[in-house]
Amino acid sequence: MEKSIYMDYAATTPMRREVLDAMMPYLTDEFGNPSSLYTLGRRTRGVIEEARERIAAFLGADPREIVFTSGGTEADNFAVKGTVYANEKKGNHIITTPIEHHAILAPCHYLEKRGFDVTYLPVDEYGLVDAADVAKAITEETVLVSVMHANNEIGTIEPIEEISKVTRDKKVLFHTDAVQTFGHIPTKVDVLGVDLLSMSAHKLYGPKGVGALYVRKGTKMVPVMHGGSQEHNRRGGTHNVAGIVGFAKAVELAEKEMDAEAKRLIELRDYLIAGIVERVEDVRVNGHPSKRLPNNASVCLNGAEGEAILLSLDMENISSSSGSACTSGTLDPSHVLLAIGVPAEVAHSSLRLTFGSTTTKAEIDYVLEVLPPIITRLRAMSPLDASWGKKC
Amino acid sequence: MYTEKVMEHFRNPRNVGEVENPDGVGEVGNPTCGDMMRITIKVKDDKIDDIKFKTLGCGAAIATSSMVTELAQGMSLEDAEKISRQDIADALDGLPPQKMHCSVLAADGLREAITDYRSKHPAEEG
Repeated sequence: MEKSIYMDYAATTPMRREVLDAMMPYLTDEFGNPSSLYTLGRRTRGVIEEARERIAAFLGADPREIVFTSGGTEADNFAVKGTVYANEKKGNHIITTPIEHHAILAPCHYLEKRGFDVTYLPVDEYGLVDAADVAKAITEETVLVSVMHANNEIGTIEPIEEISKVTRDKKVLFHTDAVQTFGHIPTKVDVLGVDLLSMSAHKLYGPKGVGALYVRKGTKMVPVMHGGSQEHNRRGGTHNVAGIVGFAKAVELAEKEMDAEAKRLIELRDYLIAGIVERVEDVRVNGHPSKRLPNNASVCLNGAEGEAILLSLDMENISSSSGSACTSGTLDPSHVLLAIGVPAEVAHSSLRLTFGSTTTKAEIDYVLEVLPPIITRLRAMSPLDASWGKKC
Repeated sequence: MYTEKVMEHFRNPRNVGEVENPDGVGEVGNPTCGDMMRITIKVKDDKIDDIKFKTLGCGAAIATSSMVTELAQGMSLEDAEKISRQDIADALDGLPPQKMHCSVLAADGLREAITDYRSKHPAEEG
């Protein structure tokens, strides 16, 4: 097969032609600074407000509740640091999970070093948080609960609606990192019951370098990006006009296509997972079997190392991802897999395949054809047999 | 991130397997850290007559294992045990910094196989 097969949609997605077309004027002739008062500036100001309305409507929110950022990482940093620093008088306690993206965990670790207390909730074997544990963890000092909508590695979707019943009851701010779900499954903020929600455009066929944070009206925040008075003094910096327009276009397309696409992807996902389990021995499927992202298949292929699997798949023109230590740049395998109780030696063998608009059943069949011999080859090279540790 | 030479050794690793009735066996690494390697050698006239490896690990672990067997083949034991992690990395046209520990594994595996041989054949030492 000559064609390259992209199966890493959780990392990023290809930008759609319609999105680029919508952006082009703002990369060329319509270059005005939206903060400028003359006509050229007022025009770009107008398109930003239209984009804001589009994204707000998709979330069931008010346009004033959308703050544009440089992407998901900035939205997460703003959600965590912006709320806890604004609420220091109330308390210094944050509740989150051990399976969050580093964009949440790293700010939490930073705040821990500066005197904040962070509780990392337990998760079960699928990575699910129990709302009852959230209730138990909340104290007088708690200012923020942050639980991701769906996990980027293992695909598990968290019970956000159940958790928000607890946070509303206890009057504690609730943030969800919806970078993996926004534009893929429903994310109406009033259904989810969240006060803050992070989004990133490039995960839904939009451009890189732009995202947003939904901030419920009345939520006390301080800026993280200090500068000009943009975004109602909540985020300084000249607007990424083309990026914001592209983001809104991607949302418009997602709104039309999301439900049918999710259905199609779920079928492919279940077909792929079942196919791997059938064709390869000693496989562990990671994440919840049904409460999972439509496009995520995550497995551990015991006895083969993740990066070696990834490189072997790349030789067959398939782009994939792994949570093995060797792909993370550290000596430890994925913090997510360790948190859900996968032993380190098994976590090293993880493989994540995530798909999207270009994925076809023929591509899944191709993966199912080339993956088993790759695993057989790598396992045959492994010294981990009955004689390991018993020198001849 | 990897050089063409690393990828070539990953695609077509040399000397995979185990020599029959080995004179020395070196086992390094552990399952928890993710990289494991077994080197088996045949020794003749104080030289490495045959050498094979088995490795569970990333692309760099497999490529460095393959390279160390190629470098050591036919070498005197004295020279072979001097093969350093830098020698292995250089022979592969370099390794990314975070992968240098893989070449340590390969150098250690070979040295352990030689040590094992010596412990079993003290009389044959010069």
